[in-house]
Amino acid sequence: MPSGSNTAEDQHMADAAMEHPPAPEPYIDLADQRIRVLPGSTETAASFEFEGEDHTLGNALRYIIMKNPDVEFCGYSIPHPSEAKMNIRIQTYENTTAFDALEKGLDDLMDLCDVVVDKFAAAKSAIKPPH
Amino acid sequence: MPVPALSEADLDRRKNVGINLETVTHVQSTDFPGHYPGEDHSWSLEKFRNNLRVEFHHNDQYDASFSLIGVDAAIANAFRRILISEVPSLAIEYVFIHNNTSIIQDEVLAHRLGLVPLTGDKAGLNWLKWFKKPTEEDPEGSEPSDYNTVVMKLQVACSRNPAAARGETDPTKLFHNAHVYAHQLTFHPAGRQRDYFSSPEGAIRSFHPNILLAKLRPGQEIDLEMHCIKGIGADHAKFSPVATASYRLFPDIKIMRPILGDDAVKFQTCFPKGVIALEDVTEEEASRVGSGYEGHVGEKKAVVVNPYKDTVSRECLRHDEFKDKVKLGRVRDHFIFHVESTGQYDSDELFIESVKVLKVKCQRMKRSLASMMR
Repeated sequence: MPSGSNTAEDQHMADAAMEHPPAPEPYIDLADQRIRVLPGSTETAASFEFEGEDHTLGNALRYIIMKNPDVEFCGYSIPHPSEAKMNIRIQTYENTTAFDALEKGLDDLMDLCDVVVDKFAAAKSAIKPPH
Repeated sequence: MPVPALSEADLDRRKNVGINLETVTHVQSTDFPGHYPGEDHSWSLEKFRNNLRVEFHHNDQYDASFSLIGVDAAIANAFRRILISEVPSLAIEYVFIHNNTSIIQDEVLAHRLGLVPLTGDKAGLNWLKWFKKPTEEDPEGSEPSDYNTVVMKLQVACSRNPAAARGETDPTKLFHNAHVYAHQLTFHPAGRQRDYFSSPEGAIRSFHPNILLAKLRPGQEIDLEMHCIKGIGADHAKFSPVATASYRLFPDIKIMRPILGDDAVKFQTCFPKGVIALEDVTEEEASRVGSGYEGHVGEKKAVVVNPYKDTVSRECLRHDEFKDKVKLGRVRDHFIFHVESTGQYDSDELFIESVKVLKVKCQRMKRSLASMMR
């Protein structure tokens, strides 16, 4: 913001009604394509590089993917602390693919979140009447 | 396949993390498919729903404590990390200093202002959108507007107080505005902000009115304008909506062999108040052969009454008289959360918000995965 223009009492502000407010979006301006398959991957054994993710999603996703009986191995790492990248390695048995396992992992994690919200809300309303 | 019956020791090993004098044992979760032959540990939403429990310990508006039972550390930790660094909140980000003749430097004052915890109407805060900062790729950024920027001002000048008593040495009585406090920040709503933040309880203001921002002497003044935007704790700690968000595992104390008499009293003092109680050995117990109570009717014995209060200090493991009589541990899947809000949102709302953020993260990655496959 140019500092010279701030001497006036009022800042110029665009009107919300004129300009439609943008829909909720991530805080950091992330590229649309945030997953990359690392070279050397096969159908059943692949490494994915997640941009802008860390241990928060990495470990949670690792756990839920390891819960899939078709998965032989799953692990994650953050190769370098100053790069906002998280790698996740998935190896599956023959009856599925690493891609499907990753997709199922994301789906399962979302289902888990819904259950946690439900249970938490129920426990909360049990101790105090809802507002 | 039939699940083989598990011995008590096996069950304990799976359920608890062992804590010894110098070491910990059975730290890793083992509830994965293929870990135990013949057992099914694959993901089942139904099983998860049936096992998951949430119990509140206290739920004050800005200080909540609850147990989340039946989740893995990976999941509980994700919620904790999101609470600290990814749930958005409003804070002062830009400070335009028109005049500052106080002894506190512009940049130091701006930093202090940034850390002031703000509060205001919750519906309004939720209505606020992100303000995109200009970056190298997008040098424009977003235009400050009513839906992404909250304007506050601080205009104070210090002057002598002619009514002060002679010989007065207290600067706050000697001068007007010798101390500048957070409640002197004024909110200037724009556009639709008036719909949300008009009431006195709804106005954007410092959550704590008496935060000392600067000190002035007669003739000095501060005149500045602040732009508050929504941000996340990963960008700057001032955007973190929680003062603390932490968990601990539920402590487990097992008395393996009777601890009696004076030993019991000593054992009790090894723990915080209320964890261990002293009870009389009953006739029935004393008559049981091999119980260790034989011939001790009426003596005091130590019993665990409230492990919740324990801090797992391991003090009891330092004394030889309790050797092999007590086993300490923590329940692997019982997380006692403690969420303290800085005042913008209620603590319980913040936790729900953190779970939603994790879900949104998954949704975004799923979309990204789908577009990669195309």
